[in-house]
Amino acid sequence: MQQFVNITLNGLSQGAIYAAFALALVLIWRATRIINFAQGAMAMFTTYLALTLIESGQSYWVGFAAALVAGLVLGALVERIVMRPVEGGPELNAVIVTLGLFVAFQALAAILFGATFQSFPAPFGLRGFTVGEFTIAFTPFSVFVIGSVLVVMLALTALFRFTDLGLRMRASAFSQEVSRLLGVRVGRMLTLGWAFAAVVGSLAGLLIAGGNLVHPAYMDAVIVYGFVAAVLGGLESPGGAVAGGLITGLALSYVSGYLGSELVTLAALGILVAVLLVRPRGLFSRVAERRV
Amino acid sequence: MRAVLRRLVPRSLLLRNLLGVVAGLVVVVLVLETTSPFRNSQFATMSYYAIAAAGLTVLTGLNGQISLGHGALMAVGAYTTALLLEGGSVPFPLAMLAAAAVTAVAGVVVGAAAARLHGPYLAGATLALAVGVPGLAIYFDGLLGGEQGLSVRSPRPPDWFADAHYFLTAGELGGAKYLAYVGWITLLVVVLLLANLMAGRYGRVWRAVRDDEVAAELAGMRLGGLRILAFVVSAACAGLAGSVLAMVVRLAAPSGFTIVLSLSLLTAVVVGGLGSLTGALLGSALLVFLPPAVTNLGTGAGLTGVQAAQLAPLVYGVVLVVVMLLAPGGVMGLLRRLWRRGINQGGST
Repeated sequence: MQQFVNITLNGLSQGAIYAAFALALVLIWRATRIINFAQGAMAMFTTYLALTLIESGQSYWVGFAAALVAGLVLGALVERIVMRPVEGGPELNAVIVTLGLFVAFQALAAILFGATFQSFPAPFGLRGFTVGEFTIAFTPFSVFVIGSVLVVMLALTALFRFTDLGLRMRASAFSQEVSRLLGVRVGRMLTLGWAFAAVVGSLAGLLIAGGNLVHPAYMDAVIVYGFVAAVLGGLESPGGAVAGGLITGLALSYVSGYLGSELVTLAALGILVAVLLVRPRGLFSRVAERRV
Repeated sequence: MRAVLRRLVPRSLLLRNLLGVVAGLVVVVLVLETTSPFRNSQFATMSYYAIAAAGLTVLTGLNGQISLGHGALMAVGAYTTALLLEGGSVPFPLAMLAAAAVTAVAGVVVGAAAARLHGPYLAGATLALAVGVPGLAIYFDGLLGGEQGLSVRSPRPPDWFADAHYFLTAGELGGAKYLAYVGWITLLVVVLLLANLMAGRYGRVWRAVRDDEVAAELAGMRLGGLRILAFVVSAACAGLAGSVLAMVVRLAAPSGFTIVLSLSLLTAVVVGGLGSLTGALLGSALLVFLPPAVTNLGTGAGLTGVQAAQLAPLVYGVVLVVVMLLAPGGVMGLLRRLWRRGINQGGST
């Protein structure tokens, strides 16, 4: 029983991170119909920037903020310079470009920061809370993880629902041509969308790294989990992405706890294929039918 | 001039391709005999990259399905070979065929799921395959050797081959050279088969499915079956490539089949030019001969060995992006454009 509770709690906090990562993928997909396979590598890169700052004596929070700002800039630059020419072209070309970025960022990080495992600090304790006489797998850091993902979700919802900027971003994602006729600077909105997505991705990278080891490939599996979560949620809806992230986190945590941690990625593949074959529009999408 | 050339080349496609393969064999013998053992082992490496890239270019270039999972399929072939050669009773050509067959069966399973997906969905699913499959080797560590992997007995040259080789070249037949011959003969056979397949009915049908699936469906083609077939052919090539890899590297281990391997293969076919077998060959030459050159440049510029080793993937990534932005047709696309321009100018003067 205690094991079940611990695995569930662990799954929830992992799921919150996958939800953030899926949210980043969904933001870009809605605006440009591109899956950013470089998302994980970009997040890894900004996390290394944070680590460098922290190791040079700055506080955790300086590193944290610097990574988010770096994500913002990186996302905008990548969209403006590299992705703009392939947007709206053959979908295979955009996929290949993001994969190229993925390899390039990973190699660049290994050159700049070293290819070895390094430990990343956590701002809060990593000892579980005690309930009665048991120590449960729910730490102050897990509270921080879930809290920050919630804050980001609320902020994004507020942005898209209540601000003029959010309205313009939604409009350009919905119909580029009409928005352009109505005077929306669509290109600028797309750049901004990628920048916000990269910030959310960087946050996911920082949260995964907290209290763990980082190396240039540590986000590889997270790309897969985030993608599975996003597809579960239907790729269109931010709410779906969050629910998908939590479901993926829980499911993978059970697989890891009861079957073996080596099988987690294969289990993710299983979930992905099952969802795509049985319910390609995702569990929560209201859009009728889509070719996948 | 062109008319004379055309008369010299046989009409039949099979004969023409056979002629090309024989010419290729002559070049292979000449190159392998005149280069050092180190170069020989580089050519052996190139042969397995090229076999896998040839298969991938059929799938991605001709049929329009992207696969980031070919590294995982190569792992299937490599582990099959390692297990079969372990006892020492199975001759290696049989092990290679078995590796191709087992991987083809895996290809049926993956292809059946892949046939219903396209673009980013397919990329995501095959990415999961590439990241997930090495985990299997660790999970079944009793059979597959865990992190350390399985060591592979490389085949020794049989007497008749060594005799024939001595008779032809009067040179010594080292282990590396023999494996390079095995790899390149396999590659030439694969290229012959694929070239015929691509020029024939299936090549046309696959291109039709890639270019317009609705029109292809209206013309009575069964999209699902055709897509699965393309995946199976491609997977069999990947299995064969994995088998050659296992024998050349003498090891089948999870660390050899990372996502970077799959992405390197993609780089090879994209840079060479999607859908062209010659392009796949050029691309795999790049995968073999570029890293040492770049690494040397890196150490020359003051990087440590570990850092310099990462320059090659950095270049792959940058090259992938640049090729897609500036010349999506790859090297072969550029050459074709130049060739056409040459003909047009020749015709107008």
